[in-house]
Amino acid sequence: MRLATDIRILAGGSLAALLALGLALPEWLMFLLTMAFAKGLVALGIVGLMRGGLVAFGQGLYFCLGAYTAGLTAIYLGVTDIFALALLGIVVCALVGAAFGAVLATYRGIFFAMLTLAISMVLYGVLSKSMALGSTDGLSLPAPTFLGAEPEGWRLQFYLYAFTSVATVVAGALMWTYFNSQRGLITLAIKDNELRVEYLGASVRWTMANAYVIAAALGGLGGVIAALAISHTDPEFAFWTTGGEFVFVAILAGYLSIPAIFASSIILELVRSFSTLYFPNTWQLALGIFLLIVIFLLPDGLGSLVARRFKRTGGAP
Amino acid sequence: MTPVLEAAGVSKAFGAVTAAMDLNVAVPDRAIYSLIGTNGAGKTTFVNMVTGYITPDAGRISFAGRDITRLDPQSITRLGIRRSFQIPQLYNGLTVLENMMVALTISADRKPSYWKPAKDRSHAERAREHLARLSLNDQRDRLIPELSSGMRKLLDIAMAMAGRPKVILLDEPTSGVAADEKFPIMDLVMQALKDQEVTILFVEHDMDIVIRYSERVLAFYDGRIIADGAPDEVLADRQVQRYVTGVVK
Repeated sequence: MRLATDIRILAGGSLAALLALGLALPEWLMFLLTMAFAKGLVALGIVGLMRGGLVAFGQGLYFCLGAYTAGLTAIYLGVTDIFALALLGIVVCALVGAAFGAVLATYRGIFFAMLTLAISMVLYGVLSKSMALGSTDGLSLPAPTFLGAEPEGWRLQFYLYAFTSVATVVAGALMWTYFNSQRGLITLAIKDNELRVEYLGASVRWTMANAYVIAAALGGLGGVIAALAISHTDPEFAFWTTGGEFVFVAILAGYLSIPAIFASSIILELVRSFSTLYFPNTWQLALGIFLLIVIFLLPDGLGSLVARRFKRTGGAP
Repeated sequence: MTPVLEAAGVSKAFGAVTAAMDLNVAVPDRAIYSLIGTNGAGKTTFVNMVTGYITPDAGRISFAGRDITRLDPQSITRLGIRRSFQIPQLYNGLTVLENMMVALTISADRKPSYWKPAKDRSHAERAREHLARLSLNDQRDRLIPELSSGMRKLLDIAMAMAGRPKVILLDEPTSGVAADEKFPIMDLVMQALKDQEVTILFVEHDMDIVIRYSERVLAFYDGRIIADGAPDEVLADRQVQRYVTGVVK
């Protein structure tokens, strides 16, 4: 009960701080944080799978699916409300995730990772060849509306940032609750010893299939936000390097702390932005070296720095 | 009386190797059976077939009159048949208390919650009670790699007992345990299981343990049951002495 109260206070405080921060930030930094949070949502889903011992390299599938759901709905149905688009993106991705998850959850290790990657590359191929869906040029999206409000300029940027902050804090709080729940503990146990979980009477397949559906829904939400933030989407959203970036963020953060996931995503976006400016052809090198340092010095990711402080509370910070 | 666990004509082969041949066993409720035999005699194959890890090629296994021959381990466990392992199957990254909490969480709720905290106070208290039954409470904050072999065996059994099973199969509960720990461990386990009125089948190589704790003995050799009876009778059987115990008088 105390933990539930703690997370509500923490979430409320974080949201208030983020919104206040947004008012003080320049537009370019608000955009950067919006993108970092959108991608962090996808990585959050991957971390949920990592807690059960699975790594999904193909979450670009849902990032892209969410983005195209928003794009096609806005273009062909004229629906531009961000709440409706986000909800639709989540539902579509959760349904597709449920269909694939039922099969994928029977696989482990590299087979699971590569199968998810293969499915995302199938989507990439289909979108690239489909003229009706914009081929490799993708789709341009209209500016989103917010429950009837049609902000422009700085206001639009702030509204998008605020929506993303709310989505991030709510998703983070829900995932924190899940990670600390009975099902969350079983997921950790699956990572350690699947055989024992089965012989205690729980279904490993069902548990991991559910974690996959949750990851798909978060991927879809991230995709909707990213597409609306840049007013564009293209097949690159499903490309394997995009999926690799999400895994990069998840590994950098580790599975011990939820804020660390979004912090890692911000680090990635900052390094990408500044290195594109100052050393455009070697920024991946800088990221790779940074990841190697983290893996050697903090094998459980950046989150282990925070988690150690919270260990006594028995919860995932 | 209807046996709680029954195997009728159960056979299993792995390629050219026959691991179990025409096994017929009827275990009454609350009985204590030991399964003896040399390595490869078919004891663990029998345990694996009863608990759904292996599906028999022929025959029928029933539990409380219900056919469980082709059920998976999860379904069989849910019905009330639990097992411990020769090599304890624990969660090495979790503490003793957390291991027990996982066992209780899975056993208590058919569908564990996505919302209810796994580590609330009442849940931890229940886990401590279960650990106390096997004198594991002092170890509750230790990680598994820090435990002795005997403690790991006890925790493995404590986790198998979590869902108040009707039948429990213990695969070599004292193997790898120091000689002076064997009897104290078996005393603890047997008392706790008797308190729960559980039917017990245990695989064992130590004949002193077999004589002391079992009511009936099944002797396996070459995939077959060559003797079935009271411990004294079975251990006096010439075939058992020749093929199992190696003590021919």
